[in-house]
Amino acid sequence: MNIIVCIKQVPGTTQVEIDEKTGVMKRDTGSAKMNPYDLYAIETALRIKEELIDVQTTAITMGPPQSEAVLREAYMLGIDHGILLTDRKFGGADCLATAYTLSQAILKIGLPDLIICGKQTTDGDTAQVGSELAEFLELPHIACVLKINSLTNRSLEGVMDLGDFTQTVELPFPCLITVDKEIYEPRLPSYRKKIATRDRPIQTLSFSELPDQNPVHYGLDGSATRVMRVFPPVHHKQNQIFEGTPDTLASEISKILIKMKVL
Amino acid sequence: MGGIYIHPEKISDFEKVKNLCPFGAIEVSPDGTIQINSGCRVCKVCVKNGEPGAFEYREDVISATDKSEWQGITVLGEFLPSGEYHPVIFELLGKARELADKVGFRVSLVLIGNEIPAIPNLFWSQGADQVFVYDAPLLKYFDARLYADIVEDFALKQKPSVILVGGTPAGRSLAPRVAARLRTGLTADCTELDIQPNSDLDQIRPAFGGNIMAHIRTPYHRPQLATVRYKIFSPGQPDDSRDGEWIYCDLPDGLSASIKHIASTEKPKVHNIEDSDILIVAGRGFKKKEDLILARQLADELGGELACTRPLIEAGWLEPRRQVGLSGRTVKPRLLIACGVSGSVQFTAGMKSSEMILSINNDPHAAINQIANYSFIGDLYQIIPALLKFIKNGREQ
Ligand SMILES: Cc1cc2nc3c(=O)[nH]c(=O)nc-3n(C[C@H](O)[C@H](O)[C@H](O)COP(=O)(O)OP(=O)(O)OC[C@H]3O[C@@H](n4cnc5c(N)ncnc54)[C@H](O)[C@@H]3O)c2cc1C
Ligand SMILES: Cc1cc2nc3c(=O)[nH]c(=O)nc-3n(C[C@H](O)[C@H](O)[C@H](O)COP(=O)(O)OP(=O)(O)OC[C@H]3O[C@@H](n4cnc5c(N)ncnc54)[C@H](O)[C@@H]3O)c2cc1C
Repeated sequence: MNIIVCIKQVPGTTQVEIDEKTGVMKRDTGSAKMNPYDLYAIETALRIKEELIDVQTTAITMGPPQSEAVLREAYMLGIDHGILLTDRKFGGADCLATAYTLSQAILKIGLPDLIICGKQTTDGDTAQVGSELAEFLELPHIACVLKINSLTNRSLEGVMDLGDFTQTVELPFPCLITVDKEIYEPRLPSYRKKIATRDRPIQTLSFSELPDQNPVHYGLDGSATRVMRVFPPVHHKQNQIFEGTPDTLASEISKILIKMKVL
Repeated sequence: MGGIYIHPEKISDFEKVKNLCPFGAIEVSPDGTIQINSGCRVCKVCVKNGEPGAFEYREDVISATDKSEWQGITVLGEFLPSGEYHPVIFELLGKARELADKVGFRVSLVLIGNEIPAIPNLFWSQGADQVFVYDAPLLKYFDARLYADIVEDFALKQKPSVILVGGTPAGRSLAPRVAARLRTGLTADCTELDIQPNSDLDQIRPAFGGNIMAHIRTPYHRPQLATVRYKIFSPGQPDDSRDGEWIYCDLPDGLSASIKHIASTEKPKVHNIEDSDILIVAGRGFKKKEDLILARQLADELGGELACTRPLIEAGWLEPRRQVGLSGRTVKPRLLIACGVSGSVQFTAGMKSSEMILSINNDPHAAINQIANYSFIGDLYQIIPALLKFIKNGREQ
């Protein structure tokens, strides 16, 4: 059985600050890490590998050359193969173009039985790539999987989160799932594996190796959305400040509550 | 190829240039050549803030859809396994009506399910002009690929310019499939929407954990898809004079389920903080778990629910479902009282659209003041007991 896990490198912190006047963003561009939600996707693949026999796991990431680091981390966790999908032509991709590029790479290396994505990322934060990827590959999918009840070589039974409800369903392979944090507790990277996989190669794929050679399907050209502008969040509530003894403050609060008909 | 192009001759300081990009996509090699790598998100910050002319934005219009062929605004309605409509429908209808009136569009609602209760008047008064119903036993349970087949059928026949989808777990699973099927753009979790005279949708959404806002358009593709979470918008004023058309649609040919339904289970009934009109939010101003009794008593007195910030969850003082914020729940109560809460961006991202925000905090400079309507500066250990006494006395009179 073959499993592909999609992982993404994200900024080490989401504490981006934007200077209100100049619009310049201040971020420590040096630090980057694996999207925390993708650790759950990797963990799911590893648990399946432990449960069934003859399971091959591959992690794939699309991003700039330095995102190789997340594939190395995947090796330290126990993933067998790593694929870095990188090309200047992939720059500026929105979810549509990202999912399309991933689908082309997956067609190139061969459709696996199961594709696992994280629920969302901490930077783009859209939670869209997994479902779009399933659509491009014409696979059934379920999102926000809380639990895998059982698994055979032909299908899996999983529980998906639907808000106030959960829905338990059976999905035939090949299929795609995006996993929620409840699924398993991710393991920590192992130093032993780090040493053992130090020289393990990472396969690089670029535009010229993908089946669809039409460049307008990739990167900005292949994207349907355009970021017109990024700006800091605005707070526009008028604020009135009260100071005084606890009793005065309590009486001011109760006046507001009475006016609101809460009291 | 569309993207950012560099004119190195217009750059004087190569070190500074590197830090221009919020995504770290500008690379300067030791030999002094500058490159933009695939990390580029085309946010154009470098064009705006770089030296004049140093960074140029080029766009190739590959194939633009004829926008005049795509008219109207559609809301995808979610029908719950309990046999009820998801309330986000009414919020989306209110917004759709507002946008549609600006450009002379009609508002339609698509309902997918089995044995869908027909309550047309409710939808007309909330802003819909037409309701398209796909009702069949096969459609009883949510199945993203199957439902995408239905939405595709609808979209190709009715050609709406905009499709709004509730940002519920099901909506967030279905909308991307529809977007990929129709090869169009989808903007996630919009917090503001407006429409241009040429029908381009202006979509504002938070990213990077609410630390930046992005203004996004889908300028060359139709339909334009957007998801909006529950409680971001408010339903419109009901207008009982309005009327509409209730249309049962035939299922497209060759439809089949992509997954096998085994069970739908209601999660144990809990009082969700999202559903409460009144929330008392406890923050790290509380020193011990036992002290939360103060906040709980206040919540009980006011008929509200107790909620909290993330550190209290991390300390194991309350259940995770009570967490407000970016990595917790988004709430929009009529009244929110924040007690000992500093007002971090991650926290406020989940509650800033509350109608009335009060804060009790001993720090006059706490960030929560920027979004609270009224701030009470003082010790919560004194103010809350005084308030509880006030309420009790008031009731006895
Ligand atoms: C401020 C801002 C706002 C944006 N808003 C939108 C928007 O509304 N709509 C839109 O279409 N695009 C948007 N984008 C672009 C979007 O963030 C990128 O296209 C990104 O490549 C994918 O989106 P994501 O990070 O949200 O991933 P998600 O969809 O949240 O990721 C879900 C899962 O997909 C997999 N995955 C995602 N990216 C990769 C990858 N590069 N390689 C391998 N696996 C991956 C991972 O398993 C991940 O856990 C925005 C970008 C910015 C900077
Ligand atoms: C990716 C990410 C996601 C996050 N998501 C969330 C989220 O969803 N929700 C969330 O809440 N946080 C979230 N956080 C954490 C967030 O950054 C803050 O750390 C957190 O919100 C702070 O909680 P607080 O206000 O209770 O505590 P603090 O920041 O410590 O504030 C305590 C406040 O209490 C006041 N105080 C102290 N004693 C008293 C007293 N006796 N009387 C009155 N006032 C007093 C202090 O002046 C202070 O303002 C997230 C962080 C990250 C990095």
